[in-house]
Amino acid sequence: MKRRDQDKSRLLTRRAAMIGAAQGAVLATLAGRLYYLQVVEADRYTTMADENRIGVRLIAPRRGLILDRFGVRMADNRPTYRVVMVPEQARDIEATLDAVASLIPMTEQDRRRVLRDARRRHSFVPLSLRDDLSWDEMARIEVNTLELPGVSVEQALIRDYPFGALASHIVGYVAAVSEQELTGDPVLELPDFRIGKSGVEKEYDIDLRGVAGSKEVEVNALGRVVRELDRDDGKPGLDTVLAIDMAMQDFITRRLAGLQSAATVLMDAWTGEVLALVSVPSYDPSGFAAGVTETQWRAWQSDPYRPLIDKAIAGTYAPGSTFKPVVALAALAAGAITPETRIDCSGVFRLGDAEFHCWKHAGHGPLVLRDAIKHSCDVFFFETAHRAGIDNIAAMARRLGIGDQTGIDLPGEARGLMPTTDWKLRVTGVKWQGGDTISAGIGQGYDTATPLQLCVMAARLVTNRAVVPRILRQDGVVAAGAAPHGGGDPGFDFLDIPAPHLNVVLDGMRAVVNEPGGTAFAERIADPGMAMGGKSGTSQVRHISAAERERGVRRNMDLPWKERDHALFIAFAPADTPRYVCATVVEHGGTTGGGGSAVAAPICRDILREVQQRDPARRVPDKPFTVAQAAGKV
Amino acid sequence: MADRPFLGVDRMSLALPAKLLRLNWALVLLLAVVAGIGLAMLYSAANGHWQPWAGKQAIRFGVAVCIMVAAAVVDIRVWLRLAYPIYALVLLLLVGVELRGAVGMGAQRWIDLGFIQLQPSELMKIAMVLALARYFHALDLDRVGKLWRLLPPALMVAAPAALVLKQPDLGTALMLLLGGAAMFFLAGVRWWVFAGVAAAAGGAFPLVWRHLRDYQKARITSFLDPDSDPLGAGYHSLQSKIAIGSGGEFGKGFMAGTQAHLNFLPEKQTDFIFTMFAEEFGLVGGLTLLALYLVIFVYGFAIAFSSRNNFGRLLALGVTTNFALYVFINIAMVMGLIPVVGVPLPLVSYGGTAMLTIMLGFGLMMSVYIHRDARIGRFGPED
Repeated sequence: MKRRDQDKSRLLTRRAAMIGAAQGAVLATLAGRLYYLQVVEADRYTTMADENRIGVRLIAPRRGLILDRFGVRMADNRPTYRVVMVPEQARDIEATLDAVASLIPMTEQDRRRVLRDARRRHSFVPLSLRDDLSWDEMARIEVNTLELPGVSVEQALIRDYPFGALASHIVGYVAAVSEQELTGDPVLELPDFRIGKSGVEKEYDIDLRGVAGSKEVEVNALGRVVRELDRDDGKPGLDTVLAIDMAMQDFITRRLAGLQSAATVLMDAWTGEVLALVSVPSYDPSGFAAGVTETQWRAWQSDPYRPLIDKAIAGTYAPGSTFKPVVALAALAAGAITPETRIDCSGVFRLGDAEFHCWKHAGHGPLVLRDAIKHSCDVFFFETAHRAGIDNIAAMARRLGIGDQTGIDLPGEARGLMPTTDWKLRVTGVKWQGGDTISAGIGQGYDTATPLQLCVMAARLVTNRAVVPRILRQDGVVAAGAAPHGGGDPGFDFLDIPAPHLNVVLDGMRAVVNEPGGTAFAERIADPGMAMGGKSGTSQVRHISAAERERGVRRNMDLPWKERDHALFIAFAPADTPRYVCATVVEHGGTTGGGGSAVAAPICRDILREVQQRDPARRVPDKPFTVAQAAGKV
Repeated sequence: MADRPFLGVDRMSLALPAKLLRLNWALVLLLAVVAGIGLAMLYSAANGHWQPWAGKQAIRFGVAVCIMVAAAVVDIRVWLRLAYPIYALVLLLLVGVELRGAVGMGAQRWIDLGFIQLQPSELMKIAMVLALARYFHALDLDRVGKLWRLLPPALMVAAPAALVLKQPDLGTALMLLLGGAAMFFLAGVRWWVFAGVAAAAGGAFPLVWRHLRDYQKARITSFLDPDSDPLGAGYHSLQSKIAIGSGGEFGKGFMAGTQAHLNFLPEKQTDFIFTMFAEEFGLVGGLTLLALYLVIFVYGFAIAFSSRNNFGRLLALGVTTNFALYVFINIAMVMGLIPVVGVPLPLVSYGGTAMLTIMLGFGLMMSVYIHRDARIGRFGPED
């Protein structure tokens, strides 16, 4: 018994010692593991801990404002609330979307967009679930944020266009960055980041954007920001001041109201500043920042009057008789005619078998250049063009800004077309015919030009300088209150057209408006010192066949709208010391189907009278133009 | 037999004041220090507040100390007599909550006593040690060799382990099995028996695997390949390692652990409290706590060898081993050495039953110490 107890005791001691040793070994292993984690691997885990808790958030810079020449806001930023989600913190994106959708209305479109973006973008970049929350919706999200990891409400700035459709073609619009536009710059992936898609918004996008800032924040496991560690605000976008005078923009828009489709450009001839650029109908760009509905987009696309197109810079029209000054200067430069050359208009011009009729069938009789411009005699210019030759005409047209882009700082400018003999052979494979030149002599045939090009042509005629149109305010060029012509040098190249040649053409253009018998005498400006000069044009859209002429289908209004003649007018004022130039195209003669002198001339007259009274090139108005005064949606 | 007082213990050799004097006060102090570390960490876990954890835990520790002292002064022979009844009672409770859990469809595996929610599975850890100590105390060394003699104690381990595993509570089941195995080992069961059981367990593993819940399987696979699912099953383990590793040699400072306070660390007040401690106090703190635990183990062994009776020795060693298993499994788990299982860090983690079980264990251990000179025959005090 005793011995057994001793054996038992000894065995227990041995076994207990083994257990004790095992426990010691385990304890040593744990201590070793602790050493390994906290000393050997400490740096790695410290980095991982910091990656856990420190998040870098980009801060979208405030987009620069777009202002008119007097500081009126054409594009502004408006605060708005939206729900955002950081995918890596939300973990289960589908479930999070369901939860959010149970609190606030979300469309299937929003959902698809979020799911798509979540796949394609960095998972730390917040995605916007819905923009433009109401107070009520914002409160519902805020109350439930604890159950929604990675979801938060943010205040953001949304682009706002206070004048709506009034200046949409100039300002353009911003919209969400498309997949193709992603460059890898994470700022482009921010949910509220918008880039310019057209107009000034596009042209000066980089300046308007600014530089993105960033903040380092400490976040908890749910992704909630606990505190801010570091912050760099970035740089806000530059405010961009345009040459546009919103008051004139509004005035012209009102003046064009009621026409189906028309465009006007108003410029300061000496600085190249575009004071107004109107194309009707127009569209309201505000929807683009938040996203335009498909139905709206389709409606705009299928509208026969093409509201999305800025016809002032992208519409091309046969210039018609507004092209006659070019032909005149080309012939004078080539020595084909002199200001004294008399050409007899019998009402018809014959070239080989072909007959070309003057608009005045009875004929004008013998005319010199000045009077040919005044009466817009076609036969005189058939003959003049024939003598000058198309290549001389084309060269002069290019000097005056026709046939190539003017270089205005807006996207989407059309080139128009100024044909040459080489061009026709190259493009059509047919040799240039003498008759082609005759058509070109009155701005028909192959020639096309944009309203902007016609306006630039007028500016170059009155300044003899290679004026380039500018949508930006040209600071320091002309000081407020300075005398006309007396400002600083805008820096445009001298065109070197002999002054006597220019003077006779300008004299003819003054006669068009101010002398009885001039084609636009009815539209003269009677106010002292404000008289204008100009040139009308009525350009055919379709070729009128001999058979139709026989039948007598000649009245414009008898044709479908799409086939009626365009009405054009270019003008400058004041007549003796021109400062403002203006070009107007009324597609298909507008509602009355009238020609350039009947429809386009009165528009230019009203604009030039208004702009001379207001004188935005030299005077700051007493009161800034306001949204309340604007014409409203067009 | 007139003076035969309580449960047949006829020689109450010591009066109560004398027993209290013989109480191992140094060990009490040691336990209080470790519990104090726990309270500090619970205070930190609540971002410097006594609510909701530290205050409640402090009260529990106070109650647990009283229970410990009460258990300590009860004669070791009384405990010997009560060993089987206690085991039976706890097993009954375990079956009871299991049935209620099955009926109520819920996962409530505890009995609400007001100040704690008593989990029978925790109490079973001590009850089982008590019962096994009682059994092996009575078992002659020669008879340990006979396999059928091992059948009753094997059932004493297997029955609760199976119930607990079904709950499912892998951690507690593991502790019961390991604790039971330790008792068998101490009792002198031959090596080849362990080898045979180990081989059988290995053979049965595929069967067990099939009965594991998905999340349990995921924990094991993610342990074997931690990078396979860093946001899923491996998340707890990875975040815990990050927290400990980033603590470095001296830690981030009290209440300044980023992993814990920014909630990257899950269950920081319960199973992962060691992680938080190591993050805030670094290697120095971690090793200090390990050293404190080591001293407690040594105390346990010392008490065991001070006892003149086999029951006391087995009981003290069993309690110590049980305590050590808590420490090892918990710390190995949070450091990513073993898969994530739900075992708290003794005296430190927030939780009532574990605290009660552990302090009850130390009460028994102290009873062994106080009554170390008692001689107990193979078949009970009367022998």
